[in-house]
Amino acid sequence: MTAMASTLLACSTATRQAPAADVRPAYTAADVHFVAGMIGHHAQAIQMASWAPSHGASGSVRVLCERIVVAQNDEIAFAQRWLREHNEFVPPADPRGHLMPGMDQPMLMPGMLTPEQMAQLDAARGAEFDRLFLTFMIQHHQGAITMVEQLLRAPGAAQDGPVFRFAADVNADQTTEISRMNRMLDALKRSPL
Amino acid sequence: MKPASLSSSLAIAALALAACATSKVNMSTTAPSPDPRVGLRAGWMNAAEAAWNVRLVSTTPPSPDFINRSTPGDFQFINSDLSFTGPYVFQGNFSGVQVWDISNPRRPRLHKTFVCPGSQSDVSVYRKLLFVSGEALNGRTDCGTQGVTDTVSHDRLRGIRIFDITDIANPRHITDVQTCRGSHTHTVVTSPTDTANVYIYVSGSAPVRSPNELAGCSDAPPDSNPNSALFRIEVIQVPLAHPEQARIVSSPRIFQDLAVPARHGEAPEDAAAFRRSVDSARTHGGFVATVGDGQVVILGPGFIRGQLDSLVKARGGTGAATAADTATLRTNLQEIVTRRVEANRRRQGPPTGPTQCHDITVYPAIGLAGGACGGYGLLLDIRDVANPKRIAAVADSNFSFWHSATFNNDGTKILFTDEWGGGLQPRCRVTDKPEWGADAIFNLAGTTMTFKSYYKLPAPQTPNENCVAHNGTLIPIPGRDIMAQGWYQGGISVFDWSDPAHPKEIAFFDRGPMDSTKLVGAGSWSAYWYNGYIVSSEISRGLDIFELEPSGFLSQNEIDAAKLVHFDYLNAQDQQQLVWPASFVVARAYLDQLARSNGLAPDKLAAARSALARAERLSGQQRRDALQPLATQLSNDAQGSADQPKLRTLAAAILDLANTR
Repeated sequence: MTAMASTLLACSTATRQAPAADVRPAYTAADVHFVAGMIGHHAQAIQMASWAPSHGASGSVRVLCERIVVAQNDEIAFAQRWLREHNEFVPPADPRGHLMPGMDQPMLMPGMLTPEQMAQLDAARGAEFDRLFLTFMIQHHQGAITMVEQLLRAPGAAQDGPVFRFAADVNADQTTEISRMNRMLDALKRSPL
Repeated sequence: MKPASLSSSLAIAALALAACATSKVNMSTTAPSPDPRVGLRAGWMNAAEAAWNVRLVSTTPPSPDFINRSTPGDFQFINSDLSFTGPYVFQGNFSGVQVWDISNPRRPRLHKTFVCPGSQSDVSVYRKLLFVSGEALNGRTDCGTQGVTDTVSHDRLRGIRIFDITDIANPRHITDVQTCRGSHTHTVVTSPTDTANVYIYVSGSAPVRSPNELAGCSDAPPDSNPNSALFRIEVIQVPLAHPEQARIVSSPRIFQDLAVPARHGEAPEDAAAFRRSVDSARTHGGFVATVGDGQVVILGPGFIRGQLDSLVKARGGTGAATAADTATLRTNLQEIVTRRVEANRRRQGPPTGPTQCHDITVYPAIGLAGGACGGYGLLLDIRDVANPKRIAAVADSNFSFWHSATFNNDGTKILFTDEWGGGLQPRCRVTDKPEWGADAIFNLAGTTMTFKSYYKLPAPQTPNENCVAHNGTLIPIPGRDIMAQGWYQGGISVFDWSDPAHPKEIAFFDRGPMDSTKLVGAGSWSAYWYNGYIVSSEISRGLDIFELEPSGFLSQNEIDAAKLVHFDYLNAQDQQQLVWPASFVVARAYLDQLARSNGLAPDKLAAARSALARAERLSGQQRRDALQPLATQLSNDAQGSADQPKLRTLAAAILDLANTR
């Protein structure tokens, strides 16, 4: 904290400056990687959540899944819009991972499930599906938070308003959802009663 | 805090107006159908508009430094929250602050702008001080527009900027209070017992900054680092005589041991099926117990077998359990389950709760605050302002992200909003559930919050319009809980939540989307009542000012009574108690409400109206002599009325009027 009383602020003269648009900070490769990588990341969450009705999930897990599908579809749409507006490559929403031009194999973004984990979840039913889904989705969400941390550690990243807002929203929403899923998982673990 | 007081000149003007505003009133109580908000033409400054029971008085586009004419909805120039003092509106913007003079609401005049990037620029004014929130990574202590590209930099501002606005045209930067997570929002809090200071509750929801940038910041879990910046809010104390000494005085861990389960999680058919199975278990000799918070469980055969086996062993027996063992188990079952749940809880440690609040609304007159914090709505005791304490919490599995809170004036209800998706997403589509991204209304009694209903904007919006519950305030209609609220591109909705189980929209304003082909952010960030008008911060289109129009839901007398309440200043998250002066228009507003609720027979109503009008033409002792018997008469009528409380309130208001000299 600074205690510099009576310093005349640059702001008070700033109205004579050119509008801020002229000097807007550019976005970086880290911003593009974050936004593009989130597309495949979210696509996998949507696939996982879409199994809830057919895999015998409980009511509360189904409600959670329904919300994840809506929320992450909207965020994919945002990411695609942002990339398109910046003339960057828009990767497909592929649940196997992040696909870049020229790459054969999709790249797993942090927290994403391996093909084996996906198969394991797809094979589970009922209470077992609930338990695995919550465990894997917590892992998946934590990966998104890791992606935000990586973004913020990259020099010059997240200066762009929409990217910062997107990252901060992902951070806040997924932290909240992890806390909710932890409580649901706790409740499941206590059910041996 | 200074309670709302009467401006006598305003009151006289309103009374004069009321006298001649009786004709040409739309008394319809039917919402227009089809809803005119559906299918509005898209456009930036020329989108089509729909209004019902509210009139757009003016729209003022952003000033030149706060708009990019070549990019509609440029994110860099998002208008954010509002704060008011005297005739001035402070409008936050992701690039700084604009100050409007709204002395003439038909033509707001730009008074001052200061460019100072750093979202969200949440603003508050208290006396001669202006507080501005900074959260984004590009905010600079010198307000420069070049951003901060270094990952660690002492030029970065994330926290609260403090300005002296003694001369609003020349704001003077006093100091910054930097915080570990920045300030997404903040709340100015006044203490009735500590008038030398003003306090600020800081809510930060962005990631924690590096300790190299701000010493002591840590995002480790609190059990490995007790000074973790997670799971807490910050309280800043600002000495009014020396605001340059503003500093963080406490970081209350108001989430400690928070373990309220989310409710409303089940699909209705699941809940019904479960109720049937519990009933069936009870009828057929099954074992049923309650685990914390009233949740009923049916105990499985494995658990019961184990319990019976240990009972047999305990009495030194062998073989199968007897009927006596079963009876013993039934008697002790609840106690066993409670012990088991408690042991589980201890073993797993306290759940950690949310890591932050999004926003906190304080109501110092009743010593309470509503905290919208991650997955929880909290009730805080703020009588010791620097050390708020959690006294209750609610969770709701239909709520994604608790965003803000509003108390009703009596402090008997609290409304929380769910900003599902963070405000940039289109969550009012026909496919989005009415209980998601909505308001949740609770009754409030002591420390108990009881869920009553959800309220969501009733008109579907397109996928190209960001829309979710957002900021609003009460409209001071005496005797009713009415609120104006911004829903981003869903527009503005005015609704009545006097009956918490059946909230109802009574007025609205909406525009078409910014763009018919893609989502471009815009809409009402906040819609606040301020001295007779609803003032709305339009993210991309500027400043909107509205006036309510009378309808079957709201009479001219009620609107005029609302206009009697005068604020010297307003920070929406620092709720001020609404107090109405003794006046004829307030009495007439109550009479209009009794007419609507059939709380008084039509002949008595007509008699009361003319008695009131007669008294108004009298003065001094004659007026008192006319009013006192009317008050007595109405008190007596209350006995048989279907709306006794309202009649008593009316009688008291008339008695007040009689006693006013």
